[in-house]
Amino acid sequence: MTGPALASTASTSDMNIDEVVAAPRPAPQGVFLRRHLPIGAAIVLALFAVPFLAPAELANALTRILALALFAVSLDLLVGVSGLPSLGHAAPFGVGAYAAGITAKEVTPFAPVQLLAAVVAGALLSVLVGALVVRTRGTYLLMLTLALAELVHVLAGRWDAVTGGTNGLVGIPALTLSPGGEPVRLAGIRYWYVLSVALLFFALVVLVSRSAFGRTLRGIRDNEQRMSSLGYSTFRVKYTVFVIAGAVAGAAGALYVAQARFVSPTDLGFEVSALALLAVVIGGRGSLWGAVLGTALVFYLRDEIGPLLGGRGGLLMGIVFIAAVYLLPRGFAGLRLPHRSRVPS
Amino acid sequence: MLGWLGTNLVTIIDGVAFGVLLFTIALGLSLVFGVMDVLNLAHGALYLGGAYLAVTVLGDGGGGLLVFVLAALVALAAGAVAGAGLSLVTRPIAHRGHLDQALLTLGIAFVLADLFSEAYGNDVKSVAAPAVLGGSTSILGDSYPTYRLVVIAVGLLLALGAWYLIERTRVGSLVQASVADPQMVRALGVNTTYLVTGVFAAGAALAAFGGVLGAPILSASPGLDTRVLILGLVVVVIGGLGSVSGALVGALLIGQVEALGVSLLPTYASFLTFGTMALVLLLRPSGILASGRAA
Repeated sequence: MTGPALASTASTSDMNIDEVVAAPRPAPQGVFLRRHLPIGAAIVLALFAVPFLAPAELANALTRILALALFAVSLDLLVGVSGLPSLGHAAPFGVGAYAAGITAKEVTPFAPVQLLAAVVAGALLSVLVGALVVRTRGTYLLMLTLALAELVHVLAGRWDAVTGGTNGLVGIPALTLSPGGEPVRLAGIRYWYVLSVALLFFALVVLVSRSAFGRTLRGIRDNEQRMSSLGYSTFRVKYTVFVIAGAVAGAAGALYVAQARFVSPTDLGFEVSALALLAVVIGGRGSLWGAVLGTALVFYLRDEIGPLLGGRGGLLMGIVFIAAVYLLPRGFAGLRLPHRSRVPS
Repeated sequence: MLGWLGTNLVTIIDGVAFGVLLFTIALGLSLVFGVMDVLNLAHGALYLGGAYLAVTVLGDGGGGLLVFVLAALVALAAGAVAGAGLSLVTRPIAHRGHLDQALLTLGIAFVLADLFSEAYGNDVKSVAAPAVLGGSTSILGDSYPTYRLVVIAVGLLLALGAWYLIERTRVGSLVQASVADPQMVRALGVNTTYLVTGVFAAGAALAAFGGVLGAPILSASPGLDTRVLILGLVVVVIGGLGSVSGALVGALLIGQVEALGVSLLPTYASFLTFGTMALVLLLRPSGILASGRAA
């Protein structure tokens, strides 16, 4: 499996002149595919092989991380690619999780229906909120998204009849992969389902980011006035990406519920938004794959290392936040391998 | 109308007292945000720090007025030092944009929250008002805690002082100019480093002072920092950034919405607060009394 990957690095290093000239821009589609396809394929195959090689606990932990990673990737589309730093992205994630859970309980546990409900719910929330949010920028946008997400958080805690209030939504049935079929009990199969859907949406986000629309987004991120004077309706573009990111976050919520089978207001609280943001920053803004690594690290620290410290998890996360800002300004994605570092400064 | 006012008078005064406390939070947030373009997410922790200071100094016994004033002065000084420190640690990353500063102050807020809960535990710590002010006063037949009336008076004096400082002095006009156009102020040869540090220190001092002042009303407990911070942000969004009168109007409005909401429509209280914010934003995107640049 390492063979093609090595061959690809060798062949791309010959084309580095191209790369130097076009350093800040994404590589052309052909180069991009040739460089990343073998590595990507290897990683995907390894991920699919996990249930054969590892105990069920690892598959369960990975399922959780995959759902949260997709959530972080959707946030990176906003923060890194579009320059819209949201401190309230847990709102569409949590609303998607609730929508999936309620659908599973009241309508059908058939997985695609749950997923669809979650995507629609995340998108709808973003349509409502986005109209206010994308008019603002910078610090104001941070404040506004934080405050609006808090509203959704409070709503989830209060609306007992629908959400189960502060006790959370309990008794969500296991998902089924065919209408009226057997509920999925095996951790490995659930993991494959979550992995497939997460990859599908990850590919979707990568496609959006690399499309002409994605270039417009980067243009707005870097210089909104110029894009506006070039004739782009920056409001419409930002609104669109806000809704797309909300829809993907909703999908991530559905995947989260598929494993946890429980949602509570905590899942759309401020802390979830903040940790996802930390994951994006640690991973390297705008790289998308970095957000996946960032998520794995952040939630590993919180869920595995944090409890070992006897209730000092908050201190650990605080220090990680501070360290990430000072020590990793460009995240993992900024830590380039030596042979890739020939970028003009 | 008069009858309604009569039955809800106590609630309305409660709302004013709460609004005044929110003002001490929001003014600092608003000015730091206006002058430095920093979203200081550790601001709520500074308030809670002040509240825990009151717990340490005063405890549940209700000490003398002098001790209380002393605690408030210590909070002002400690807050100012903490604010100067915050301005120092955010400066190296000032050019990196809003998100990094927000994450850094959030990290600091997490660390402080953890240290507080380590030192004071996870229970609600209540603080008694100073013995002299512990009684109640009769207002139109209703008896009302004297301490809250004092809080209102102190808060309004504070607002007056801040308004005078910002609107009528040279330092104030520099601060206002920095809100409107920081680059121009720098180009005019003003040392904005001192200005920014000063504003940061003053805002933080005010937050810690608010913590002492509010401790007999809101007590001190983990999670209060986030609650106060988010309400402070709502006030800033409603009032408009970098404006003293905006912060005051926003704080009094939210104080009323919170107090009357809890009393009249308990189920919907939290929606009312955020609903008010959404409504204001729809009608006036940069706040009721926005000064300087639009967000």
